[in-house]
Amino acid sequence: MSKFDETPIVKDPAVNGVLRPPKLREHASAEVQCYPSKPKDTSAIDLPTELVPDWKERAIARLGELLEKNQALRVYMDICVRCGACTDKCQFFLGTGDPQNFPVARAELLRKVYRRYFTPAGLFPDLGEAADLDEEMLQKWYTYFYQCSECRRCSVFCPYGIDTAEITIAAREIMASIGVSTKYITEVVAKVYATGNNLGIPPAAWKDNCEFLEEDVQADTGLPIRFPVDEKGAEVLLVPPSADNFANTDTMIGYGKLFHFLGVSWTTSTYCNEGGNFGLFLNFANLKKVNRRILDAARELGVKTIIWGECGHAWRAGIMTPSLNGPMDDFDPPYPYHISQYIVDMLHKGAFEGHIDKSANDQYLVTYHDPCNSARAGYLIEEPREIIRAVCNRFVEMPEGTIREKTFCCGAGNGLLTDEIMPIRMAGGKPRAMAVKHTGANYLATVCAICKAQLPESMHYWQVPVKVGGVIDLLANALKF
Amino acid sequence: MSTSDILWTLLSLFFIGLAYFAAFSFVAGLLWKFYGYLRTPMPLPHAVTPAPKTEGGAVLRVLGDVTLFSNLFKADKWLWGGAWLFHVALAAVLFRHLRYFTYPVPGLVLYMESVALFFGSLLGAAALFLFWRRLALPRTLYISNIPDYFALALLGVIAGSGLMVNYWLRVNIVDVKGFILGLMTFHPVEVPHHPLFLLHLLAVLILMIYFPFSKLLHAGGLIFSPSRHQPFQVQVRGKRYINPVDRY
Repeated sequence: MSKFDETPIVKDPAVNGVLRPPKLREHASAEVQCYPSKPKDTSAIDLPTELVPDWKERAIARLGELLEKNQALRVYMDICVRCGACTDKCQFFLGTGDPQNFPVARAELLRKVYRRYFTPAGLFPDLGEAADLDEEMLQKWYTYFYQCSECRRCSVFCPYGIDTAEITIAAREIMASIGVSTKYITEVVAKVYATGNNLGIPPAAWKDNCEFLEEDVQADTGLPIRFPVDEKGAEVLLVPPSADNFANTDTMIGYGKLFHFLGVSWTTSTYCNEGGNFGLFLNFANLKKVNRRILDAARELGVKTIIWGECGHAWRAGIMTPSLNGPMDDFDPPYPYHISQYIVDMLHKGAFEGHIDKSANDQYLVTYHDPCNSARAGYLIEEPREIIRAVCNRFVEMPEGTIREKTFCCGAGNGLLTDEIMPIRMAGGKPRAMAVKHTGANYLATVCAICKAQLPESMHYWQVPVKVGGVIDLLANALKF
Repeated sequence: MSTSDILWTLLSLFFIGLAYFAAFSFVAGLLWKFYGYLRTPMPLPHAVTPAPKTEGGAVLRVLGDVTLFSNLFKADKWLWGGAWLFHVALAAVLFRHLRYFTYPVPGLVLYMESVALFFGSLLGAAALFLFWRRLALPRTLYISNIPDYFALALLGVIAGSGLMVNYWLRVNIVDVKGFILGLMTFHPVEVPHHPLFLLHLLAVLILMIYFPFSKLLHAGGLIFSPSRHQPFQVQVRGKRYINPVDRY
């Protein structure tokens, strides 16, 4: 893990919000690849189990199909002028120094193939504009489209709003259709169909966890806080990231305390106890199918409202729900509804008046990490901050160029949270770690389960002593019954 | 008929043919490309947030992108300065060129004459700066291909030759205007006998042919960029972003 930039972080200009791009190190991350998918997973999710024999023709045909059906892709293939505005914006370039991790260089991998087969530039491949789709190119696709966390940071700075995430999504879609995908992502999607969640927690274990939490919280607070499972007729179906019931239990306890305090009946579903949607990182068909489970579970349980838990890409997929799987008019608006929006609405209604003791969080100097998907795809920027300000006395922002819509990805979003690419994860996590270090905060709040899994590791690696936790955890701390 | 007369006639025929072809390529190419963008649906909500929540707001956001390059300003101040001045100068120069295409010439266009040298030089200088930047920054050097240099060089040649025929080796304006109006009224006449002007004309015609099939399409293509032109749709009862394609 020493092949990337190891500049001591305290001296790095990024901590002042000014990013000085590293020296270019060509091919620095060319060797870091995710493990390929296993046939047992791909066959469970309707994908080819191995590289199909006529993969080249099929990939080009699939690209042509996508160009006809996706305005964003079609426009982004044409209008980039390679001005270089994005070249110092991607955390994976900033961390690795590999110029193939420039958003523009990543996108060019697909654009060159597009130009080769769909434009007159394909007649002049020697000009550097066009390239054949051959095995070497496919290898590059597999490497670098799986070193992109689809975080959209480049899009914020692109004069034409070109969203490399959309290009990565298209490339992964094409690769999936010819039998090229990663073990981590396909495994997770297969687990969702088998167990209802990304972690593969079976229904019985989920129930056990919830009962265990109830006993735990009872012992801790003396309150009969419940963590209901599959309760028909509850008002609210909560779709948390399943990690909240497993690793981030403080967040799960937060949901329980919140609903208990508000006197709202709620439930989780063992059919769909996962808001996260790894289909988004793989292909459209699975995105739609995984998303469908939320509506099916909610209708089966007869709830009035669906609330999405603290998960970044769950929220991105969440706001697509009515487009993916039809109207949600049978539920109470607003929909989709995020837990942070819900808490802010309750704050505005005065539901917590007189029941919040901010000093309970005084041991923390809190800073807030905007998960890429909630900030740049889900418009969830002010709500978490409003909650933190309402429940904490000590809140500090990271440098201006690293928060809100300019936030850095944690370094492991969108299917990169897998151990074999740890060097990429740590390199990609560097800009975020430096910005946190700059604040001197000892609590890093965020509303994303992927961030909550990646940040403790990257903060440890970059020697930033900070506790990582949810926003709702802070609310739960401060809530007095 | 002298040899030189025959040569000029042949040259005129070449330029007249190329001019009509360039005009056709430019207009038809752009229409074909833009029609492609327009008829292609966007399956899912795509606005990069924070985004305007209304259509009107989204229009304003795109207008800001078109006129002020607001995203680029956030990204790189030097590039923003160079690119913005380049495009403003280009717009001013193009506007001034209306004097060769209109009869009588509108007063506002004639008024441009006093600042023509300024904008012409600015165009050339900005093109030079952008060319230098491509070579000077390791990051832009890495991503630049021959077509990137070609487009800038072509525009540089156009600006340089344009300035020269106006202020140094002057071309007879009456000949130029006669030639252009002749093309426009489909009664073409002989090209002005001025090699440097012909170089200017040739570069412009090549640019017009090249435009719709190159990255120069960013002009206009920008307004079709869904991350910018989509409002962030707040879901309310009975209203949703409908996926226009069944199967993706």
